[in-house]
Amino acid sequence: MEKFEVLTGVAAPLNMENVDTDKIIPARFLKTIKRTGLGVHLFASMRYEDDGSEKPDFVLNQPKYRHAEILVAGDNFGCGSSREHAPWALLDFGIRCIIAPSFADIFHGNCFKNGILPVVLPADVCEQLMADAALGTNARITVDLARQVVVRPDGQEIAFEVDAFRRHCLLNGLDDIGLTLEHAPAIDKYEARLQQEHAWQPVISGV
Amino acid sequence: MPTPRTLFDKIWEAHVVDQMGDGTAVLYIDRHLVHEVTSPQAFEGLRMAGRKVRRVDGTIAVADHNVPTDADRLNGINEPESKTQIDTLVQNVADFGVPYFPISDARQGIVHVIGPEQGISLPGMTIVCGDSHTSTHGAMGALAFGIGTSEVEHVLATQTLQQKRALNMLVRVDGKLPAGCTAKDIILAIIGKIGTAGGTGHVIEYAGEAIAALDMAGRLTVCNMSIEAGARAGLIAPDETTFAYVKGRPYAPKGEDFDKAVAYWRSLPSDAGAHYDKVVVLDAAEITPQVTWGTNPEAVLPITGVVPDPAAEPDDARRAQLVQMLKYMDLAPGQKLAGTKVDVVFIGSCTNSRIEDLRAAAAVAGGRHVADGVRALVVPGSGLVKQQAEDEGLDKVFLDAGFEWREAGCSMCLGMNPDKLTPGQRCASTSNRNFEGRQGPGGRTHLLSPAMAAAAAVTGQLTDVRELV
Ligand code: SF4
Repeated sequence: MEKFEVLTGVAAPLNMENVDTDKIIPARFLKTIKRTGLGVHLFASMRYEDDGSEKPDFVLNQPKYRHAEILVAGDNFGCGSSREHAPWALLDFGIRCIIAPSFADIFHGNCFKNGILPVVLPADVCEQLMADAALGTNARITVDLARQVVVRPDGQEIAFEVDAFRRHCLLNGLDDIGLTLEHAPAIDKYEARLQQEHAWQPVISGV
Repeated sequence: MPTPRTLFDKIWEAHVVDQMGDGTAVLYIDRHLVHEVTSPQAFEGLRMAGRKVRRVDGTIAVADHNVPTDADRLNGINEPESKTQIDTLVQNVADFGVPYFPISDARQGIVHVIGPEQGISLPGMTIVCGDSHTSTHGAMGALAFGIGTSEVEHVLATQTLQQKRALNMLVRVDGKLPAGCTAKDIILAIIGKIGTAGGTGHVIEYAGEAIAALDMAGRLTVCNMSIEAGARAGLIAPDETTFAYVKGRPYAPKGEDFDKAVAYWRSLPSDAGAHYDKVVVLDAAEITPQVTWGTNPEAVLPITGVVPDPAAEPDDARRAQLVQMLKYMDLAPGQKLAGTKVDVVFIGSCTNSRIEDLRAAAAVAGGRHVADGVRALVVPGSGLVKQQAEDEGLDKVFLDAGFEWREAGCSMCLGMNPDKLTPGQRCASTSNRNFEGRQGPGGRTHLLSPAMAAAAAVTGQLTDVRELV
């Protein structure tokens, strides 16, 4: 997983609430068996006409946002299906950070596992950032995970909260499985105890 | 005296293997259900890292999302990408030794139907699957939740997850449900009340007289849509209904082991005085048959209701969203929901495809006929549900009434297999999501109960089922 330390880039404003994962990537694009290459399908139904041509009004189709690395969005971003294709598509497009007043749980967790930083800030602060983002390429926003601040184009710093453990993993690009396997002896012990105390619990065999 | 604990607290504490610091626990997972859409990249990851599946005997795989539901499917799957995903699953389960129900096996079906049906999902367990509707299994009195593909890989490799403890939320439904109303109406009414973010950060425990009175099928329906209420998991305390359901299932404990299991399961229900961070109470007597009118599940009303008027919404963002919803759904403010013409009726999905659901639909469809110009599909949740329905003659009831009778799978719940809406089609659906394009690009979805869906099929319009029974 790629480390996330400091990101400075263009932020795209997506002023919508309840952007669900079907909007982020519709189900018809989930048929891949790889993690990469989904960026072209990001926000497909909002981004393209039925004939596949781009809808010029959609934010990511506007020249100034084509290389956006930050997304500023409305409440409850990422609700709906648990598909990890949503963060994969965002990442493949180039988005490394999403700022919103709230996120759906699973999506929020999936972001961290893929090197994307979801930043939760109060609605009025998000509105300010939305206005900054509307300035396009003239206004770069910085997200500094180590210092836990978002820096507005005018230099004003906004502190944000982030789970310390997830921050540590993201800052260091740590792989979750490797971290958990450091606890392998505890898992062995747990399984041994389970077998003793819940000997009745069946295993799945003979299918 | 020990602190009173909730059902969730007890299951959680029984599964904490270790702490990672900072409140993140290594949580042991008893059952891992795997399907074709969210697992290929996880197996790819294992292979790349040279890792094995830690507990193949805690894992079960099945293909459901992509499988066509016509009888011809055993002769091969036409759509190349679907075929690739299913072939990849077959290859992965063979390579890693994971138990698998093939499409030709009567036990194949929607992953959230077969878990409880096979006795694989049991009370007190932690159950995960790379699918948000894993919350369904919470009806067994288990902690069950959806995970992403990275976590699928994590569970395959370690049989654990890194998790933070959720908050407790109690949704109590007091009183008795009126005739013509079902578990689906309960959960839609709950979502209508608390909203699609109402359960965020919480595990919902459903309790109260109306919940205890539900059979397992109804409880599975309620827990299924916990995710639509924003919660990752929903659960219901195991009781005599649960134990009777579990007894004799293929992978449930047998004989003396069953008795020991029940003794343990009886210790699980929440203690009197246990603390909930949030409590919501509904009166079942006030619940009526529900139907969604918009493009998220909280946009729901009684069938006797009228489409809301965006002009009455003071908040700008909300008003814009309402306008968009009505435009997408092609509905006018003030329009009565009853009488809205439908093109397609879908009875199926992990929300409502169990035998009890099919019986409820058949009770309305029997002796009637699907309205002219309406396509109506019945898709059993598993091959075994299909067999049982056929043993009871339900297939005949449906076929005589002009419904299609199909093979098990997710079918028209989502636009990933050949069962799709075409743009502009309006569908009365027993599934769980009404997002734009969910059932196919441009498709319009109204969520409702199986009985209400059958009523829509035979009248050709959204109909109050209470007028037909
Ligand atoms: S039936 Fe629908 S909601 Fe259920 S698992 Fe299949 S696609 Fe998901």
